[in-house]
Amino acid sequence: MSSVTGVSLADETPGPHGSAPLSGDGAGTGRLGDRLFGGAAKGAGLLVIGLVTLVGVFLLWQAIPALARDDANFLTSREWSVDGAHPRFGIVELLWTTVTVSAIAMLIAVPVGVAVALFITQYAPSWLSRPAASLIDLLAAVPSIVYGIWGLRTFGPVFEPVQGFLQHRLGWIPLFSNAGISGGSTILFVGIVLAIMVLPIVTALSREVFAQTPLTHKEGALALGATRWEMIRTAVLPFGKPGIISASMLGLGRALGETIAVTIILSTLPDGSKWTFSLLNGGETFASRIANNAAEFDTPQKAGAFIAAGLVLFVLTFVVNAIARVVIERRKAFSE
Amino acid sequence: MRTSTTASSASSATGTSAAARAAGSAAGSSATGAATTPPSSRGTTPTDLGHKARGRAVKDQLARVVMWAAFLLALVPLAWILWTVTSKGYHLLLDPQWWTNSQRGITSRRVGGGAVHAIQGTLIQGLTTAVISVPIGILTAIYLVEYGRGRLAKAVSFMVDILTGVPSIVAGLFVYALWVTTFGLQRVGFAVCLALVLLMIPVVVRSTEEMLKLVPNELREAAYALGVPKWKTIMKVVLPTAFSGIVTGVLLGLARVMGETAPLLILGPYTKSIATDLFGGLMPTLPTMINQDRTEVLQPAVDRMWASALTLILIVLLLNLAGRVVARFGSVKR
Repeated sequence: MSSVTGVSLADETPGPHGSAPLSGDGAGTGRLGDRLFGGAAKGAGLLVIGLVTLVGVFLLWQAIPALARDDANFLTSREWSVDGAHPRFGIVELLWTTVTVSAIAMLIAVPVGVAVALFITQYAPSWLSRPAASLIDLLAAVPSIVYGIWGLRTFGPVFEPVQGFLQHRLGWIPLFSNAGISGGSTILFVGIVLAIMVLPIVTALSREVFAQTPLTHKEGALALGATRWEMIRTAVLPFGKPGIISASMLGLGRALGETIAVTIILSTLPDGSKWTFSLLNGGETFASRIANNAAEFDTPQKAGAFIAAGLVLFVLTFVVNAIARVVIERRKAFSE
Repeated sequence: MRTSTTASSASSATGTSAAARAAGSAAGSSATGAATTPPSSRGTTPTDLGHKARGRAVKDQLARVVMWAAFLLALVPLAWILWTVTSKGYHLLLDPQWWTNSQRGITSRRVGGGAVHAIQGTLIQGLTTAVISVPIGILTAIYLVEYGRGRLAKAVSFMVDILTGVPSIVAGLFVYALWVTTFGLQRVGFAVCLALVLLMIPVVVRSTEEMLKLVPNELREAAYALGVPKWKTIMKVVLPTAFSGIVTGVLLGLARVMGETAPLLILGPYTKSIATDLFGGLMPTLPTMINQDRTEVLQPAVDRMWASALTLILIVLLLNLAGRVVARFGSVKR
């Protein structure tokens, strides 16, 4: 299992002799001890199911009253005023920022992460590959609040000139138009920091799949005259493709839900500010809006509005993770 | 005839006609040599092959360079973060006061005080979380590996996956909705622990599950053959064999929840004095201490922010390291 992602692909595949993975040997004797112990284990499993269901149901239950009082369209409105008798709030801006930030993070993290995984499994000399993997895993061990303060205070000022350059030279493209936000606190910059945080997840999981490429495939490619890169392109990458997809999905789930680093770095926009498509603008993601207003949850109505936003985030990550799961399942069906 | 089919499959496999022609002309015997030896040393091959082979070699080298570059690029932020935090925070950690005093009565203008209140809070909350989630996690893993069959096991496994993906802020919101909005209770340390439990359970389940699967079936069968009931087999044979791996999983899970900040923003406001009561009053932790000082511009507070970040990293890294050491020296023997 990869310690970073908590997900394993190795245990999904059949064992060396084609036997299915272990699941229940039916050796219970029906004695009291067995029934108690088996019951406790089953109870724990049911508890987990109950917990997840409870999270979903509870958030929904809390969100519905607030949604019912919402005078604006929840899905398309840009407003966010949650108190008073006529609250008006919508998530379209949060959705845009969340998705854009995560998309930037994935655009950077997936190619680099896959390349690092290939380096560790195919290119690194054998004395290096284990320490290299541990070093990349260390990136995942750094708490996200540390990424936040590092991004804000150290990396941000360094990034400032890059942003100035983009604004100056590419400002005619709407994505890079000047929105008057300083370089170290824009959507683009947060995306880059998130990419660093997601990288170890993508690497850890793809590494695991690449290492499982059947030796016969690799040797076959090499014997037919492939260079090492051609061997990777024709044997390792096709074999690992579902792994890369699900690794990216897990990374995406992480990027969508990342809270504190985004909250610290991304500058919030004042109410009623002009809508732009610029990546060099500030904004708020679902998670950072909830975190920024954590002190405001004093009435059920206000809390309900934020819980509704949290629910959308939960559904979003649920869908992304479910896709990752489906891809892994399908791989199981096709693996030899 | 057979050789030519091999050669044509080679061309589709490598995507270059050069390989196919080399394989064809050398009757499939020296295809590897065609890719690696320079053109001049191959007497019989057509002259136009040299150029293409060089192109492939260049591509190969390019790929190698790109992979190395990606790895080195990934190390840059790691080294940079560790360097920044260490260089800016280490001098406060060398002061014994840091490990013995709290921040009580110390404003951001004043130098001094320590982080013992936050360290204590982080450790207490982390341990409480572990005490709740480790039994649930291990039992769930036992269910999945030793008992689970059919649809219920599939459902449990799926839910664990979903739990893995729950964003920490959503876990915090859920506990807020349950603890504060519904039951009308105060925001206390224990509520934070409940949110962290949601985040720790999947880590423990997955790592334990993995370790239990590594335990050879022969051990279980030997125990059954001796007439040992299943529950005793699990307690006395399976769990001890997988023990070190389970400990590793728990330590890694603990490292993850101790560095978590988002649920603390909602459920665990910061305070400057020592607080050890999980059920009453506010409880300071290292992440909230960093969060408190992150907007400061006054130097003493900024220094404390970096120092507490360094302390947090040290704790998390120590747990990680301990987990890896346990894993290295006590892994299941096949």
